[in-house]
Amino acid sequence: MCLALPARIVSLEEGAMATVALEGIKKRISIALLDDVEVGEFVLVHVGYALHKVSEEEAARTLAMMAEAGVLEDEIEEITERAP
Amino acid sequence: MNIMETTTQGRAGAVDMTHGGGGRAMVELIRNVFQRHLSNAILDAGNDGALIDVPRGRLVMSTDGHVVSPLFFPGGDIGCLAVHGTLNDVAMMGARPLYLTAGFIIEEGFALADLERIVASMARAAREAGVAIVTGDTKVVEKGKGDGVFITTTGLGVVAEGVEVGGDRARPEQVILLSGTIGDHGIAILSKRESLEFETEIISDTAALHGLVADMIEVAPSLSVLRDPTRGGLAATLNEIAHQSHVGMRLEESAIPLRADVKAACELLGLDPLYVANEGKLIAICNEDDAERLLAVMRAHPLGRDAARIGVVTADVNNLVQMRTGFGGTRLVDWLAGEQLPRIC
Amino acid sequence: MKYVDEYRRSDLSGKLAAAIAREAHPDRTYHVMEFCGGHTHAIFRYGVQDLMPGNVRFVHGPGCPVCVLPVRRLDDAVELAEGHGVILCSYGDMMRVPGTKQRSLIRAKADGADIRMVYSTQDALRIARENPSREVVFFAIGFETTTPPTAVAIRQAAAEGLSNFSVFCNHVLTPAAIQHILQSPEVRNLGTVLIDGFLGPSHVSSVIGSEPYQFFAEEFQKPVVIAGFEPLDVLQSTLMLIRQVNEGRHEVENEYTRVVTREGNVKAQSLVADVFELRASFEWRGLGTVPYSALKIRDGYAEFDAERRFAISEKASREVKSCECPAILRGVKKPTDCKLFGTVCTPDNPMGSCMVSSEGACAAYWTYGRFRSVGGEVRTVMPEVAG
Repeated sequence: MCLALPARIVSLEEGAMATVALEGIKKRISIALLDDVEVGEFVLVHVGYALHKVSEEEAARTLAMMAEAGVLEDEIEEITERAP
Repeated sequence: MNIMETTTQGRAGAVDMTHGGGGRAMVELIRNVFQRHLSNAILDAGNDGALIDVPRGRLVMSTDGHVVSPLFFPGGDIGCLAVHGTLNDVAMMGARPLYLTAGFIIEEGFALADLERIVASMARAAREAGVAIVTGDTKVVEKGKGDGVFITTTGLGVVAEGVEVGGDRARPEQVILLSGTIGDHGIAILSKRESLEFETEIISDTAALHGLVADMIEVAPSLSVLRDPTRGGLAATLNEIAHQSHVGMRLEESAIPLRADVKAACELLGLDPLYVANEGKLIAICNEDDAERLLAVMRAHPLGRDAARIGVVTADVNNLVQMRTGFGGTRLVDWLAGEQLPRIC
Repeated sequence: MKYVDEYRRSDLSGKLAAAIAREAHPDRTYHVMEFCGGHTHAIFRYGVQDLMPGNVRFVHGPGCPVCVLPVRRLDDAVELAEGHGVILCSYGDMMRVPGTKQRSLIRAKADGADIRMVYSTQDALRIARENPSREVVFFAIGFETTTPPTAVAIRQAAAEGLSNFSVFCNHVLTPAAIQHILQSPEVRNLGTVLIDGFLGPSHVSSVIGSEPYQFFAEEFQKPVVIAGFEPLDVLQSTLMLIRQVNEGRHEVENEYTRVVTREGNVKAQSLVADVFELRASFEWRGLGTVPYSALKIRDGYAEFDAERRFAISEKASREVKSCECPAILRGVKKPTDCKLFGTVCTPDNPMGSCMVSSEGACAAYWTYGRFRSVGGEVRTVMPEVAG
């Protein structure tokens, strides 16, 4: 449920509104649900509202976690390949 | 006649019921707007029908009603769309289009300046395509009974000896080619719809494809199917061909050309680009032997720059179109239930 | 697209799938309930099932707001548009859902009702401003994600004195639904629905945080992994669940940390609390009447409550008799168990909500997975993969 997409804040406007950019698409959204939004930050956009900020650090951490499962796999492949 | 001048000047006033009434007002409208822009020897003869010489070969005839909201959209308008749409249907039969007819249903109160802009755009599109609009009709309906203007066009073309294309001619192991990026037209239109508006540089791909088709026919004798994926997008058109030809298809998602901004807009609105309309793209199906040569010719044409091989025809009694996803899984690419609606979940 | 494309990478998918296959014990089966329709959609859209070993099975949950809305509420919305002459603003998702006698918003619109599709509550407010002489009703549906935007709109309308705007509130609560499923006899006693753990909601959790799931994990001893909606998120979270099951743990873990925190969006929560209060009970399609599972508009904003502003009639709403949506939503039946599936009921002519919403199990089956029925059995659970 709940289609939402991370997009970058490109400008802040009056009345708790902002413009976000996503691959050349620009859309006006409401930032009434967030405090202290800054230009350049990524927010999760749902039905024209920013629901939450996206954490760059955590995003990188999750990717690293995913890659880790893969690294283990590579090691196993290596081991199996070496086995007679 | 200088079209730019007339369009910038703009015509004051609006269409009213007298313009469709068969009297002097109608004659003036035809003369000042339609004939003025669309002028050619056959149309100017002013008869009830177009008198034309019968060309050699087989004739192709196709008709298409055009309704679009908004009437003017990034990259085009209902006028050029009405020309391209029908020309493309004729071209997809492997034909060289020759003539068009145009029927207008105009809503009372429609601005004459807008009507002129549309007719001028039709004239430009027809001229660029090398096709004459040889006869037409105008009706006016009461306010509230139309959506500005509807245009129906009929195209006539001729198919050369030896050209055999049709939706029922796809065979297993043939290759599916696509002439360019998908979804541009549909997203350009949606970007201007009330309550959905977003800023974008995406413009409609509306274009006449018969020049591209002519180049393709020349190099690929095995060319079996040509079709333009308009309403319902790539998915609907491939399913049509699969059913007509009693075959299946297997697509590679990562091979299907898609602009990054069209993809983003689709994600934002919850749409699948496979189902979004195109107005200047074609699907071609040919033998493996001809595929590379055909692809090279397509890429050499301005309307086929991004052409790609997107999949193969398979033997499948269920006529299913399947796709290997960019993620590595498999999914079905089904017909669409109806118009794709933007969604939030 | 940053934060999207990297979680759809095919080079990592195979590796994560291999890790799942390695860690899932072949002598047992793992039943993973994905509560959210968003996960159901992702699983089918990306063909995630192809990458899973046969003993890891997804059970589709009721987390599709379109699917769980009972027919009567939809009939009420149609009545508002047709009988009370309002401009009804709705998200696109609801347009095709069939009500009693297959009557949908799109059909009511075809018959002349003024129904406008909107993308945001801000659009509904704009329509109200532009039509001061008309009553404008926003048909509010959805879980905790969609609720805060409705709260903002009501507060804005109050601040602006936009007296022709009101909301037909159908907002429902995720934790109440999960608890209801876990307490159902099918899960507790009968064993007809096996659930070893939950993939927790992505975007709902961005608002409510990870804390509310703590109770289920402890009380029902079921592990929960809050999972993003991208396909790699689904794989990674499934792996995390399998590890919990293998180790006999039942904790709340958070895979979707880039957006979900423990406390969630506190500002959104307080806006919702200002405008809404709990309903004593609410009917869910499939789950029946669930206590304290939905929200209603507080007295302080009564004038913006369409249910109070308009006298909506009592009606004998009826679902199609043999439609199995209710059982499918509870995870008791699969779409292919329904007699109507693929025969009378298709996306072209949906009989129930599960065939309409792109998140509905039936629509997902039909659209993405139907070919699996060719020459074999279709299962709600994921099919075996050779090897």
